[in-house]
Amino acid sequence: MAKTYSAGVKEYRETYWMPDYTPKDTDILACFKITPQPGVPREEAAAAVAAESSTGTWTTVWTDLLTDLDHYKGRAYAIEDVPGDDECYYAFVAYPIDLFEEGSVVNVFTSLVGNVFGFKAVRALRLEDVRFPIAYVMTCNGPPHGIQVERDKFNKYGRALLGCTIKPKLGLSAKNYGRAVYECLRGGLDLTKDDENVNSQPFMRWRNRFEFVMEAIHKAEAETGERKGHYLNVTAPTPEEMYKRAEFAKELGAPIIMHDFLTGGFTANTGLAQWCRDNGILLHIHRAMHAVLDRHPRHGIHFRVLAKALRLSGGDHLHSGTVVGKLEGDREATLGWIDIMRDSFIKEDRSRGIFFDQDWGSMPGVFPVASGGIHVWHMPALVTIFGDDACLQFGGGTLGHPWGNAAGAAANRVALEACVEARNQGIAVEKEGKEILTKAAASSPELKAAMETWKEIKFEFDTVDKLDVAHK
Amino acid sequence: MSDMQDYASSLSDVKSRKFETFSYLPEMDRDQIRKQVEFIVSKGWNPAVEHTEPENAFSHYWYMWKLPLFGETNVDTVLTEADACHKAHPNNHVRLIGYDNYAQSKGAEMVVFRGKPV
Repeated sequence: MAKTYSAGVKEYRETYWMPDYTPKDTDILACFKITPQPGVPREEAAAAVAAESSTGTWTTVWTDLLTDLDHYKGRAYAIEDVPGDDECYYAFVAYPIDLFEEGSVVNVFTSLVGNVFGFKAVRALRLEDVRFPIAYVMTCNGPPHGIQVERDKFNKYGRALLGCTIKPKLGLSAKNYGRAVYECLRGGLDLTKDDENVNSQPFMRWRNRFEFVMEAIHKAEAETGERKGHYLNVTAPTPEEMYKRAEFAKELGAPIIMHDFLTGGFTANTGLAQWCRDNGILLHIHRAMHAVLDRHPRHGIHFRVLAKALRLSGGDHLHSGTVVGKLEGDREATLGWIDIMRDSFIKEDRSRGIFFDQDWGSMPGVFPVASGGIHVWHMPALVTIFGDDACLQFGGGTLGHPWGNAAGAAANRVALEACVEARNQGIAVEKEGKEILTKAAASSPELKAAMETWKEIKFEFDTVDKLDVAHK
Repeated sequence: MSDMQDYASSLSDVKSRKFETFSYLPEMDRDQIRKQVEFIVSKGWNPAVEHTEPENAFSHYWYMWKLPLFGETNVDTVLTEADACHKAHPNNHVRLIGYDNYAQSKGAEMVVFRGKPV
């Protein structure tokens, strides 16, 4: 029976609230945390979110009848209380896969977190989690290489990778910058990193930096006999410029480059990830701007969603937070999203903030990068939390060593290896951390000095974005 | 605070050459090696032994000592093979590997006998 056209405003819930709907295996599922305007019923707000993030607009239009909207519409199919917050609730929405362009993180997020986030019927809105069906995952390029290939290329097994961000963030000349890289790498780090805002400023143009850094890598490799890398930041004002820098890095033989996926944008990132796959270069991803999106507990996009977006768009490393350092990150929630980055199947687990099963199939995993305010005393906790498949980055914790970068790097390397050796022996590393480090320091004056320098530093502010748990 | 020390490492000093995991720690004794073999076996990984001249250690491919010990869970058997490799090539690095066939990677890799630097 054909439908008839009737102009006017219909309540969203008449069309978009479907509590009896069973999501299909191919649907993209989303969990939103809704803080409604006073007086708006839950079902209506949930339906409004489903409508505005899919096919709907505020009024009926005659062209609705030229298609099969019942096929294309988003469906709000469940509502749940938020533990510990009576004002908000979770709304679950199912989107048919046909709503989205294949392989386009850009397209998915333009719908899911588009106009709907400014919608008046909700006071605040947060995208808590998204389930990407394997059918959609298979259309995305994903990480250029992944954890296993990176281990093989760099020849690093049975331990986390060790890195360092070169400081000061801004202002060094290219030649002095290369010196700082060389010192870190000869001391025993595997990787060093351009800071995110190091692009191509007047004090250090990108091409000079790339050349000096590559000399540092080559010398450190010859000196230590180990494989080394430096994330050359190719984030640039235009995609054309970005590819130009990436091409030059390749010409120099750089093993790894880097990009900022949020400020650079998903389009640039996805393109660069495909280029990296094609050219055999690893891709480190920074996440500047993430806290703008993910920190507020009631509004924005949760980091676990941004992490999924990045895994689909492509990157071999992604900053994950440290749990123990200077930057925000709840332990259980962090454990949840580092699994999302690197495992092939992640089960729903509300205790870690994971709302849906996520099947990545054979899509490669991403190395979580723990960076920010960490030093040798954090090593036992980091080894316990992250295990081996992570990159631990000590910036100040390397460069701030009283004897310089090389000694700082050696201290970190000794601390890491001592913790891994002890862990392999079945020792509870976090609990026995002090004994393990003290013993290792007996044969490493560099570690001993590091332990004396940082003993007292702790960051003990409470996290702002906690998991939703009942506290009454 | 300890007095500042120079970081002794150079192209001309062969002792500066490292060989990845655990090469920044003192050489392992028998008991420590045994515990790492126990770890590899407990993970269900396939143990393997390889060796190389120290000057060629940078190469991805070292010489295999026989074939990997697929399915071997006896720690003494693995240690015996590592010892035999060391005895046959006393000046070479000998490394112990745990192949993780599910990850298609190595779960562990470490030099258990250090060769003579040249």
